[in-house]
Amino acid sequence: MPILNKRHSVLPGFGIAAGYTVLYLSLIVLMPLAAMALRAATMSPGDIWALITDARVIAACKLSFGASFAAALVNIVFGLLVAWVLVRYSFPGKHIVDALVDLPFALPTAVAGIALTTLYAPNGWLGKLLAPIGIKVAYTPLGIIVALTFIGLPFVVRTVQPVLEDLDREIEEAAMSLGATRLQTFLRVLLPSVLPALLAGFAMAFARAVGEYGSVVFISGNMPMKTEILPLLIMTKLEQFDYAGATVIGVLMLVISFVLLFIVNLLQRWSGNRATSH
Amino acid sequence: MSHTVRETAIVRWTLIILALLFMILFLVLPLALVFVQALEKGVTAYWKALADPDAVSAIKLTVIAAAIAVPANLVFGIAASWAIAKFHFRGKNVLLTLIDVPFSVSPVISGLIYVLLFGLQGWLGPWLYEHDIQIVFAVPGIVLATIFVTFPFVARELIPLMEQQGTEEEEAAILLGASGIKTFLRVTIPNIKWGLLYGVILCNARAMGEFGAVSVVSGHVRGQTNTVPLHVEILYNEYNFVAAFAVASILAFLALVTLMLKSFVEWNTLRVQKKPDQINTEGLTA
Repeated sequence: MPILNKRHSVLPGFGIAAGYTVLYLSLIVLMPLAAMALRAATMSPGDIWALITDARVIAACKLSFGASFAAALVNIVFGLLVAWVLVRYSFPGKHIVDALVDLPFALPTAVAGIALTTLYAPNGWLGKLLAPIGIKVAYTPLGIIVALTFIGLPFVVRTVQPVLEDLDREIEEAAMSLGATRLQTFLRVLLPSVLPALLAGFAMAFARAVGEYGSVVFISGNMPMKTEILPLLIMTKLEQFDYAGATVIGVLMLVISFVLLFIVNLLQRWSGNRATSH
Repeated sequence: MSHTVRETAIVRWTLIILALLFMILFLVLPLALVFVQALEKGVTAYWKALADPDAVSAIKLTVIAAAIAVPANLVFGIAASWAIAKFHFRGKNVLLTLIDVPFSVSPVISGLIYVLLFGLQGWLGPWLYEHDIQIVFAVPGIVLATIFVTFPFVARELIPLMEQQGTEEEEAAILLGASGIKTFLRVTIPNIKWGLLYGVILCNARAMGEFGAVSVVSGHVRGQTNTVPLHVEILYNEYNFVAAFAVASILAFLALVTLMLKSFVEWNTLRVQKKPDQINTEGLTA
């Protein structure tokens, strides 16, 4: 394996550790993913185009991206707020709140899905309050946004939090002593410093939301053309034994997630440069 | 906390209350609802739902899948972090990126790739059928999908930790005549034990809670290929809400235990390192 030639070291075990890593990675991850891509590659371009431009696929695409974008926007605002409050202020129960931020990572998505649906259903704790003023959440695109906000929150908080902790207070003090108001300091000094981290968190939350399945299927109601997201469409195609359709949508989503992964990496590098540059 | 720069008390408390309201609305209420709904018809109905044979077999299958997936990814995580953190070689960054791939793939696709390989319509399907081996819509498929979605957890936790610790201690042990195995067990393992535990906790939580990927490969045979999250889905879709939330409460309880262990491990690493700015979150945010 020519790319894995290492520099000299006295430590043993490189060959076996690297060999096992590459073998296991190839068998579990790379080969199955490549097999799916190959399967799509053996189909005729005309067929692929017809599958992608199908009205139902386009509707699911719009919904998946639109709802993910909206949820990531909500998370940028409230994620920054939660991170700010956790880093800068002290209040009773702060450590519990800090630990609770990770709940969406730890709680299985199906549990989150049925809990949010029951909460926002017309007779649920919150649905009951919203129904009289004409707001329907469960079984509408709004419900999908709520579920995607839930799963995306920790991504924004956990990327912004360390950057806020490392911020040099002296710059803020300098801005204040030069006559800037607190709001001006926030907008002109603080926000530009956390912006890369905020955008990285946004991209991560967005990427996760586009692929999310478990928390959405319960609350969305799954009506074709209306509340059907892309991952659900793959599921439907598989249940109808439409393997070609499932493969094409799968590869489409894979390409999208790799592009997003690339953007996240760029943003994180930018964020890292910013953090070390002053 | 004494800052020279800070907001007035009104602004401060408004922000705190807004943040707490958001947390209550989006995190606390759904969590509380799981337990309230589970106990709505009393403790007897709760236990009855958990003692149901289908629930018991779902719990067994979930434990089996996690008991295979977590050790498999633990061994991989140790091998990968040893190679990546302790040696210099070309292609290291590519390898790091590839290890992260399962995190950025939709759970549904994580299941789909195995159906396309091992299903009847898949490339290996006809051969497997001839030899009477069933992978997809059976337990092996569930285990494979679980391994895929939890693949990076341990490696992601160990690599930065071991890189930070460097190689001097191991090199000293080797030069003093210790064997490779002994060096690993006596020098490396004690240094990484908290990170290792942290990775295993996260890996296990995801393994037991995975829904999308497992749903694609399971085939939903009640009492045979249903994991706990899939059993929750079936009960919920049958409008058996008390039972659905009773079974879901096991998973919610597991999530709470995971969060507590995670806080404990973080507190411990903090105490050991005494570097408050290096709290580990990369395993989660990757």
